[in-house]
Amino acid sequence: MSSPRGPKACGGGAADRPIHVLAVDDSSVDRAVIARLLRSSKYRVTTVDSGKKALELLGLEPNVNMIITDYWMPEMTGYELLKIVKESSELREIPVVIMSSENVPNRINRCLEEGAEDFLLKPVRPSDVARLCNRMR
Amino acid sequence: MESSSLQRQLANLKKSLFDQGNLDEQFYQLEELQDDASPNFVEEVVTLFFRDSSRLVANIEQAIEKCPRDYGSLDALVHQLKDSASSIGAAKMMKDCTVFREYCEKRNSEGCLRSFQKVKKEHSTLRLKLENYFQLLRQVGPAEKATRSGK
Repeated sequence: MSSPRGPKACGGGAADRPIHVLAVDDSSVDRAVIARLLRSSKYRVTTVDSGKKALELLGLEPNVNMIITDYWMPEMTGYELLKIVKESSELREIPVVIMSSENVPNRINRCLEEGAEDFLLKPVRPSDVARLCNRMR
Repeated sequence: MESSSLQRQLANLKKSLFDQGNLDEQFYQLEELQDDASPNFVEEVVTLFFRDSSRLVANIEQAIEKCPRDYGSLDALVHQLKDSASSIGAAKMMKDCTVFREYCEKRNSEGCLRSFQKVKKEHSTLRLKLENYFQLLRQVGPAEKATRSGK
């Protein structure tokens, strides 16, 4: 199981390990932008293009401090990914943030009710990323 | 002096992109993310955009010509294109895609065909202008980077 993290300074996790964020988005443009945003806050970032790949990675790599995922993706939506993560005993502690280009209150509420940490409207800004700093595990 | 004439061209091109509504604030946001560690970030993202958007435009072309037309699939493709455009601040493309989606929803064939022509036109225009922009940027070189932050 994951060990307690150190002080929540942005970029710094426990002692020597940078905070590791898993970014999930089927758009290569959005992946590039979110990765750049996160890396400029000194996070370690891994990007994948689907929920399926995200789950594969999570199965192999236990040290993910946050998942940030697009809502609308083919095959598996961000909401579906959120549900799977929250229903998993190994993964449920990892905060999940949803991104969407559409401001749909029902959608936002449903995600928050399912346990999403936050919901960001695209295009994502540096101030949005700064806000997430305190939510990392 | 050669360099200041290029700088002027660059400034004018950039101004025209914004004044004519091809680009919006999001493009500035991308420029803010560029630094010594990622010196070509904006051009890289724009390249990714045109790679994706060209594929989407081709898929939309196919979907529009399909008989009978599946407006649901067509709308999904235009939605993707719009989202992609918003990530780089391609404001006019976003607007054109919004109109296109409205016609899809109404299953208005004429409207869809017209909107698609507009989307294709803006796509080409934007690509040309941005290719020009990045070419000028390269020519103007490091000296420009110091002044580029001026909006």
